[in-house]
Amino acid sequence: MSTVVLLLATGLGLGALYFLIASGLSLIFGLMDVLNFAHGAFLTVGGYAAWWASVHLPFAAGGGWGFLGAVAFGTAAGTAAAFLVELLAIRPLYGRHREQILVTVGLSLAVPALVQGIWGADPLTFPRPDIARGTVGVLGAAVPRDRLLLVAVAAAVLGGLLLFVRRTRYGLIVRAGVEDRAMVTALGIDVRKAFTLVFAIGGAAASLAGALGGLYFGVVTPTQGVSLLIFAFIVVVIGGTASITGCALASVAVAMIQQFANYYTVAGLGDIAVVAVLAAVLLTRQGGLTTRTAERVA
Amino acid sequence: MDTPQSTAAAPAGGAAPAVGGAEEAAPRTPAGAPADGPPGAEGTRRRRIPRWAVPAAAVVLLALLPFSTLPVPGVFEGPLNSPATLQLLATCLVFAGLATSYDLLYGRLGLLSFGHALYFASGAYFAALLMELLRLPLAAAAPLAVAGGTLLALLLGAVSLRVSGIALAMVTLAFAQAGSILVVRDPGRATGGEEGLSLEADLVPDALVGVFNTANLYWLAAAYAVLAAGAVWWLDSTPTGRVWRGIRANERRVAVLGLNPYPYKLAAFTVAGGLASLGGVAYLVVSGGVTPVVTTAEFTLTLLVMVALGGAGTRWGPVLGAVLYTYLDHRLLDVAASDGFERLPAAVQAPLSQPLFILGMLFVAMVYFFPGGLAALPARIGAAVARRRRRGPPPD
Repeated sequence: MSTVVLLLATGLGLGALYFLIASGLSLIFGLMDVLNFAHGAFLTVGGYAAWWASVHLPFAAGGGWGFLGAVAFGTAAGTAAAFLVELLAIRPLYGRHREQILVTVGLSLAVPALVQGIWGADPLTFPRPDIARGTVGVLGAAVPRDRLLLVAVAAAVLGGLLLFVRRTRYGLIVRAGVEDRAMVTALGIDVRKAFTLVFAIGGAAASLAGALGGLYFGVVTPTQGVSLLIFAFIVVVIGGTASITGCALASVAVAMIQQFANYYTVAGLGDIAVVAVLAAVLLTRQGGLTTRTAERVA
Repeated sequence: MDTPQSTAAAPAGGAAPAVGGAEEAAPRTPAGAPADGPPGAEGTRRRRIPRWAVPAAAVVLLALLPFSTLPVPGVFEGPLNSPATLQLLATCLVFAGLATSYDLLYGRLGLLSFGHALYFASGAYFAALLMELLRLPLAAAAPLAVAGGTLLALLLGAVSLRVSGIALAMVTLAFAQAGSILVVRDPGRATGGEEGLSLEADLVPDALVGVFNTANLYWLAAAYAVLAAGAVWWLDSTPTGRVWRGIRANERRVAVLGLNPYPYKLAAFTVAGGLASLGGVAYLVVSGGVTPVVTTAEFTLTLLVMVALGGAGTRWGPVLGAVLYTYLDHRLLDVAASDGFERLPAAVQAPLSQPLFILGMLFVAMVYFFPGGLAALPARIGAAVARRRRRGPPPD
C-alpha cells in the first residue's frame, strides 16, 4: 500500500513537471502552430538562472524565503528569454511554420551548448530549501516534500491559466485564436500581441519547471530540458491543444504510466510504454490534432 | 514495385506539371532528366556540359584524394593523406550519405521525420551486436544489419505514415526515443549502455583495421556517400520520384489524380531507412564503435540542420551541408583547444568553446538570411549581380 501511495505521489510530482512544460507548449502550438523545440531551452535557462541566483544573489540565498527568490529569478529570466525569442526570432518568420520550427531547433541546440560552455557539463547541485526537505507521512508512506510542493505549484499554475483563459479578454482572444486564427484576425484583432503573450506565459511555466525540476532531480544539467521536452511533446499530442484541463490530465496519465510500469516491470519499460500509448492514441483518434495540422505544416 | 512504374507513366507525360504546379513546369532537357537549374538562357548554356560530368568528376576526385600529399594549411592539420585528415573526411562522407537519405524524406517528400537517428543507430547497433553475440564476420553482419534496419523502417513507417504533418513528426520522434531509451537502459548488458559498443577487430577484414589502413576506411565512407547520393538522385529522376515531388507540392492533388500517396511515402521512408542503416554500418566501421549519442533526438535534429544548411531537396545541398557541419563540429573543437584561444577573454571563450553553439547560431542566421541553404547561394549571388548590372550603366 505504501509503495502505491509513494508511486502515486512521485507520479503526480513528475506529472506536475510535465504539465508545467506541456501547458505552454500546447498553448503555443494551438495558437501559432509552432512546434517549439526551444521550450527545453527555456527550461534550462530557468534552472540555471535559479541556481545562479541562489549562489550569487543575497536575497535568493539560504534555505527559506531565499529559495522563493531564486525560483522567482529563474522564472523571470526564462520569461524574458521567451519574450525575446518570440520578438526577435519567431515574429519575423510569421506565417512560415517550417522556418519557425527550424529556428527553434537551432536555438534548442545552441542554448544548452552555451550553458554548457559557461557552467560546464557536470550536474550542479541545486540548493534544497527547508520546506522541501524530508518527507511527510501520507497513508503510511513517507512522501518527499518536494513532490507535494511541485503538485501544489502545478495546481496553482493550472488554476491561474484557467482563470486567464476563461475570464480575461486576452484569454478570450487566445481561445478564439486556437479555434480559428484567420477569423480573429479578420475581426480586426491583432493576434500577434497574443502570440507574444502566450510565448511569455509558456516560457514562464517552462522556466518554473526548470527551477523546480532542480528540486525534483536534485541537480541541474544543460541537457535536462531536452529529455523532459520529448515527454512534454507526447503529453501535448495525447492531451490535444483544445483544453488546458486535457493537458493536465494527459500529463498525470503519462507520468503515472511511466512510474508504475518502471517500478513493476523492468526499468525503462515505462518510458517505452508511454511511446506505445502515444502511437495508439495517434492511430485510433484520427480527429483533432492530427487532421487539423496535417495541411498546415508539410 | 511495378505498380508505381505503370501508374506513374501518366504523370511523367502530361500530368506532371499539373501535379507539381509552377515548379514542375520548368522546361526539361532533351534527355528527359529533370531540369533543376533556372529555365531560360542559363539552361541552354549549361547544356554543353553533360549532366553526369560534375558528379563523375567529384567521384574521381574523391577516389584519388588519398594519393595526394597536398598540405592544406589552416583547413587540415596534416597533408591530405595523413590518417587524421582521412579519418575526418571519412566521417564527413558518412554523414553526407546519411544527410542525403534524410533529405529524401524532408526535402523531396516534405515529410518531417524526427526519428531518422533510429535507423542509422539500428544499422550500427545490429551489426555490432551480431558481431559481438554471434561472432559473425563483418561481411555477414553488415547485410543482416541493413536488412534489419530496413525492415524496422518499413514496419514503423507503415504505422507512422498513417498520420502526417506534426503528428508524423511526433510519432517518429517517439519511436526513436523508445529506441534510444532501450539502448541506454542496456537490456541484458548487450548494448553497453552509455559506453556503447566497440568494433570487434578480429571479425573485420585486416584491410579495415589500423591507422595504416585509414585510406581504406576513407574509400569505404566515400563509396557509401556515392551510393546513397546516387540512389537518391536516381530515384528522383524515375517516375516514382516525380510522384514524390508531387506529394511535396500538394499531396491532396496527387490523391485526387488517382494515385494513393501512402505506398509512395512508405517506399521513400523504407529506402531512406535502409540507406540510413547502411550508413550506420559504415559509421561503425569508420569510427570503430558506436555510442548512444547516435540514437538521440538531438542527432536527428543535427541531420535536419545539415540538410537545411546545405539546401533541402537539392542535389548537392545535403552533401555540402553535412560535410560543412561535420567538419566545423570537429575543427572548432581543435580551435578551442589551441594556444591562441587561451588568451581570449572568458566571456568570449565560453560560447566559442562549444561547436554546437556556433553551429546552432549559424543555422539560425542561415534560416533568416539565406533561405534555401548553401546550394541556393550561387543562384542568389548570380541574381544579385544581374540586378546590379541592370541598374548600372551598360557594360559596353
